[in-house]
Amino acid sequence: MNDHTMTTVHPEMSFLNIKSKHKGILAWILSTDHKRIGILYLITMLIFFSVGVLFGFLMRLELIAPGKTIVEPQTYNSLFTVHGVVMIFLFIIPGLPAVFGNFFLPILIGAKDVAFPRLNLLSWWLFVTGGILAVISLFLPGGPADTGWTFYVPYSVRTSTNVIIALIAAFVIGFSSILTGLNFVTTIHRLRAPGMSWFKLPLFTWSLYATGWVQVLATPIVGITLLLVIIERWFGVGIFDPSLGGDPILYQHLFWIYSHPAVYIMILPAMGVISEIIPVFARRTIFGYKFIAFSSIAIALFGSLVWAHHMFTVGMSDTAQWIFSLLTFLVAIPSAIKVFNWVATLYKGSIDLEPPMIFALAFIFQFAIGGFTGIMQSSLALNIHIHDTSFVVAHFHYTMFGGTGFGVFAALHYWFPKMFGKMYNRKVAKYAASIMILGFHTLYFPLFVAGYLGMPRRYYDYLPEFHIYHFISTIGSWILIVGLIIMFANLIIALKKGAKAGSNPWGGETLEWKIQSPPALENFETIPQITTGPYDYSKYEVEMEKVK
Amino acid sequence: MFSGGSNFIKDVDGVFLFILAISLVLLLLITFLMVFFVIKYNRKKNPQPKNISGNIWLEVLWTVIPTVLVLGMFYYGWVGYKKMKDVPSNAMIVKVTAQMWLWEFFYSNGLKTDTLYVPQNKAVKAELSSKDVNHSFYIPAFRIKKDVIPLKDNYLWFIADQVGSYDIACAEYCGLKHSYMYSKVVVMPEDEFNNWFTEASKKIIQKDSSNVNKTFVK
Repeated sequence: MNDHTMTTVHPEMSFLNIKSKHKGILAWILSTDHKRIGILYLITMLIFFSVGVLFGFLMRLELIAPGKTIVEPQTYNSLFTVHGVVMIFLFIIPGLPAVFGNFFLPILIGAKDVAFPRLNLLSWWLFVTGGILAVISLFLPGGPADTGWTFYVPYSVRTSTNVIIALIAAFVIGFSSILTGLNFVTTIHRLRAPGMSWFKLPLFTWSLYATGWVQVLATPIVGITLLLVIIERWFGVGIFDPSLGGDPILYQHLFWIYSHPAVYIMILPAMGVISEIIPVFARRTIFGYKFIAFSSIAIALFGSLVWAHHMFTVGMSDTAQWIFSLLTFLVAIPSAIKVFNWVATLYKGSIDLEPPMIFALAFIFQFAIGGFTGIMQSSLALNIHIHDTSFVVAHFHYTMFGGTGFGVFAALHYWFPKMFGKMYNRKVAKYAASIMILGFHTLYFPLFVAGYLGMPRRYYDYLPEFHIYHFISTIGSWILIVGLIIMFANLIIALKKGAKAGSNPWGGETLEWKIQSPPALENFETIPQITTGPYDYSKYEVEMEKVK
Repeated sequence: MFSGGSNFIKDVDGVFLFILAISLVLLLLITFLMVFFVIKYNRKKNPQPKNISGNIWLEVLWTVIPTVLVLGMFYYGWVGYKKMKDVPSNAMIVKVTAQMWLWEFFYSNGLKTDTLYVPQNKAVKAELSSKDVNHSFYIPAFRIKKDVIPLKDNYLWFIADQVGSYDIACAEYCGLKHSYMYSKVVVMPEDEFNNWFTEASKKIIQKDSSNVNKTFVK
């Protein structure tokens, strides 16, 4: 892209310091600037993430030895429910699209903001409202929901805990997700800078585009389903509860029609982030741009048709069993294509192992393990055995935490200097990453083994033969948390004392690196003209030729 | 890892090892290449990158090979699963009832137990029903599992081929004492089983005659 048109001689006031008609905190929570909204999401998301980590830590501590360790079974059941609800609805789903999508999508396509800035602010407000409702449900009489994040009927219709408030919370957050998706799809269609054709879009944008469609199309289904559960509980209408003449299997279908595509809402943007980071730190163009772009679409498409693989043990027809098994196997192919292209992008690059790159490479390794164990579960005969065991728990933590979670950390380290104009201590960040990787595998790998040996999930207590795996796993949770604390402390210190980061500390070629750090209110003084693809690193090749 | 005994062990563990082997090869390949490239093309040693924007044949290769592999895995898993569905007609039927948080087993003559006793090397069909919420009938040592859902006629079957006692777990979350919803399946040689069955049934008949109104349902 053309450098000279975009470097500003006199830097404008950054979006962080700019004055608006509101003062103090109102200048943030009433701002329609996509960057401020992105930061609002970042702060709220990290608060919820800390809550989720705390609950996870308590669960692991309870499981360090058989029998009661710190809490009663009822508390444990609420812990894993709230851990799941918070981590899924308040951290992983909004984590990348709402935080980094909001902040960078308009910049990456050369726009001044998203298509509907006020709708964008409304999305954040809905998100916060839902989050607050979820928190309220913890403290009202009746106690926090104890159904698991899946709210399976009939149990969720019968338990006396605060299921309804938790459901309303999920419902409200769902709207936030739908509106964000709608906003992004429209933005990508309408607001691309002149010359930015579809195949000149950065790959993070492609992944947000695929994600946006899934958000818009799939989320309403879970919204309606949760409403139906509320109607069933309040008015005793038999929809899902068999004792009222309903069908519990129907609930599971409706729930997973959304919640399976939702895991692709979670993973696709992370894949997009990895596709941004690798070319920058390998300092070369990405390998197989179109294949990575189309594989995002293929994942969104196939991923929407595989929901019943969560239900291989409920007693579906053989036809349904083999169709869903086959489709699930097929969805592995676009994921594999991405991994191969990322690895190929390292070939003959000029690789610098900065912190974002370390997180990105850890993502590939961990996501690969998550993917392979996912393939195992797609196999019908094998699924029957490992279904609802800790094997599944390990698998989705490898994809959701080892994948998306590490994707969030990669994005945070990659874009931090752009968002705040400061650079963190890179050495400390590398140590933190290494500790987290070690802790991560120690925490989750033993659960694969225990699961194959028959350790069911959502168990407060367990048989003595599983002790060793739980013990190692709990130790792993401590290591992981130490890594997390070092990582966040390092970033918080950098906010206050970090050295000034230039506009392009990593030598990136996408548009966000051509503007000042932190960006000005409307990003670009003049909307750029796009002439080349997003990962054009040919100048390094040429420059080096000249030196020789 | 591969202890316990039923007619499904070979299929399930077979599929597992098959997919595990392929996965390990691919994972090692990916990891090796990542590490190798990171070292070989480190910026200090290799300051000059080469921009390669793609290769259509490589893309075809790494689309076709995974496709063939997953189709193979799919087929293998389907064949193993099909066996779990086809119950032999001579299978002994036991009705299994799940409720928060215990299992009950009913034999054809009305005998009710809290432990599942089965003869060795004989097909047993478990017909599952739930009195309250969803449960899941899981015998890890036999590699079988089926959800137990109110008003849904689910079943599973197995041939236990090794004498012994194995855990039955509930695998679908069902509330407060979900993790304590364990029972045992006791596999006995066929004649021993027959003796036990006759003895246990006698007691029932005595009890029944002394207390006529208390009949065992099903």
